[in-house]
Amino acid sequence: MGDVPSCRKVPIGRSVRCCLPDTGPYAIRLIGGIGGWGASMIQIEDVTKVYRMGKVEVRALESVDLTIDDGEFVAIMGPSGSGKTTLMNIVGCLDVPTSGRYLLDGTDVSRLSDNRLAKIRSRKIGFVFQSFNLVARTSAIRNVELPLVYAGVRIRRHAARVALEQVGLGDRLKHMPNELSGGQQQRVAIARALINDPVLLLADEPTGNLDTAASAEILKILGALNDAGRTVVIITHEEEVARFAKRIVRMRDGRIVSDQAQRIRTEVSA
Amino acid sequence: MNLGEALRVALRGLRANRLRSALTMLGIIIGVASVILLVALGNGVQTSVNEKIQPLANLITVVPSVGNVPGGAPPKDLIDADVAALQDKTLSRDIAAVIPATSGKALVDGDAYRYRANVVGTTEQWLEVNNQDMSAGAFFDEAQVRSTARVVVLGSAVANYLYGDDPAAALGKPVRINRQTFRVIGVMQSVGEPGDGVVAMPLPTVRRYIFGGGDKINQMIVQASDANAVPAAENDVIRILSERHRIKDSANRDFEVQSLRSRLDTFNQILRILTLFTAAVAAISLVVGAIGVLNIMLVSVTERTREIGIRKAIGATRRAILEQFLIESLLLAGLGGLIGVLVGVGLSVLGANVAPSFGPTFATFAPSVTIPSVILSFAISLAIGLVAGGYPANRAARLRPIEALRYQ
Ligand SMILES: Nc1ncnc2c1ncn2[C@@H]1O[C@H](COP(=O)(O)OP(=O)(O)OP(=O)(O)O)[C@@H](O)[C@H]1O
Ligand SMILES: [Mg+2]
Repeated sequence: MGDVPSCRKVPIGRSVRCCLPDTGPYAIRLIGGIGGWGASMIQIEDVTKVYRMGKVEVRALESVDLTIDDGEFVAIMGPSGSGKTTLMNIVGCLDVPTSGRYLLDGTDVSRLSDNRLAKIRSRKIGFVFQSFNLVARTSAIRNVELPLVYAGVRIRRHAARVALEQVGLGDRLKHMPNELSGGQQQRVAIARALINDPVLLLADEPTGNLDTAASAEILKILGALNDAGRTVVIITHEEEVARFAKRIVRMRDGRIVSDQAQRIRTEVSA
Repeated sequence: MNLGEALRVALRGLRANRLRSALTMLGIIIGVASVILLVALGNGVQTSVNEKIQPLANLITVVPSVGNVPGGAPPKDLIDADVAALQDKTLSRDIAAVIPATSGKALVDGDAYRYRANVVGTTEQWLEVNNQDMSAGAFFDEAQVRSTARVVVLGSAVANYLYGDDPAAALGKPVRINRQTFRVIGVMQSVGEPGDGVVAMPLPTVRRYIFGGGDKINQMIVQASDANAVPAAENDVIRILSERHRIKDSANRDFEVQSLRSRLDTFNQILRILTLFTAAVAAISLVVGAIGVLNIMLVSVTERTREIGIRKAIGATRRAILEQFLIESLLLAGLGGLIGVLVGVGLSVLGANVAPSFGPTFATFAPSVTIPSVILSFAISLAIGLVAGGYPANRAARLRPIEALRYQ
């Protein structure tokens, strides 16, 4: 148990680990780990999310149960407005459920304050959004460094460079977001999502704005990360993208309507 | 987030919108610069006036009252005996000297020209007490006063009119006043109108040859032992003269006592109020500047809603976002304040260098920047950054990440 961190292989940002304070995330994990090692990474129990807009109530999630284990690669699918993003916001600790319980990595995070949630995002979760992922007028390498800035890490440059090299952008360190292609921007976002060595990588339609070739590139990186043991949850509209995952969760009207494991994972044809 | 990083982020934000940042700063710059400049100008005027008056500040002027009190005793003239009483050290310790004078307008003829001058009969101390200098020759001395010598000393305008530009040219020349001839023994330096139109001669000489008038005088200059003794000396003058003129009620006084010192104090007081007032008016432009900062910071927060969402998603706490925007507005206002200080000080220094070229009146006029006005106006601009930035920064910090991320 003492060497929990080594249970996960870390292909990208390995050098980061030595920069990170060694306590933090793991302390929480050991103390808060009700189920101990091997328990679910994500455990959502009867979660409901209601948005109120004046008098109108939108039930974006309706008593959702979902368990995702360490090392899974899950695709969440469903028509527009079915609650995928809402689910991801809760899973990613950007928002809290209206009711129900959510255990992340053994810790109940469904009732935490803003600041505690920010800390958890900083330590445990990496995000990749559909578009406009990067902070404008800020170079690729500075974007990648940002999570370390907020985590209070002082020496960041090297880790950020390594992370960018891992996603194949070692020659674009100083490029501004508007000087990068859409695929390159997504890769910078992935490098940034990984630099804090999170236990969970969340991607909301990361290939939604990309052509086939660039999509394949991104999926390849995500696949490699998952192969290396990282838990990946991806939201997508595209069946080809979903087929690439080990498990597909389908939603409709705020409910999970199907949840199937895939035995054969499609390889990406670049 | 550490300070260096925060500063860099803020600078990047300001540089990204250079024109906008510059225009916002302009409000602060103008406010700070004008506060500093106006205070400096007020100070310059005060210093300049005080410098001119300081040497005369221990002087008290005594003149007979014009008009008498209805039903009262006929007013008594000021006479030589009054002068002697004031000079009596046993009656007053604060009076250092008393210089009597009697004066009037008279036509003064040179070799070729005629000048209507203010002829003053007085004693040898008059020159020094009036803080004047000679440009040629010498003032008359005590012996010439005692001997009723027929000598005159000309003001620079009189000498110039009668005998030309060169003051030395007038020396030894005769002038005729009241059909009597006097010899010019000196010419005084210019002090500006109306002092330059004076012709000075020994008091006994004026009485015997020009105005007559017995032992009457129409002005006394009383010199206090120093400027701080002026109020005491003033009281002594009033006490001694009232006693001699048998005046019991101050309303019936037949003489008037004025000191430059008390007038100077009044002047300084008025000027200080005026300076503060104009500075306060200038400070209103700082309020406008503050509104500019507030406005631009609100725009900046709105523009960067998505960025705030992303920063929060990757771990920024409320405090980190608050600091980011606060530092940005502090930088905006602080930089504006700093430039404003430089502009204000620069203009003041420029004014000090340029003022003398506007003529002799401005020769000693120099706007002088005061340290408190610099510190205060800079502190105000920092406070503006804090206050005007506080609300927008707080708004940014409180943005909920999901709402910020939905914003496109
Ligand atoms: N902040 C909000 N305020 C009010 N209603 C919201 C808010 N966020 C989402 N909703 C509503 O909740 C429902 C689910 O939205 P959500 O964004 O999760 O859908 P989605 O599955 O991600 O759709 P898409 O595929 O278009 O991204 C929608 O009906 C949406 O209008
Ligand atoms: Mg969505």
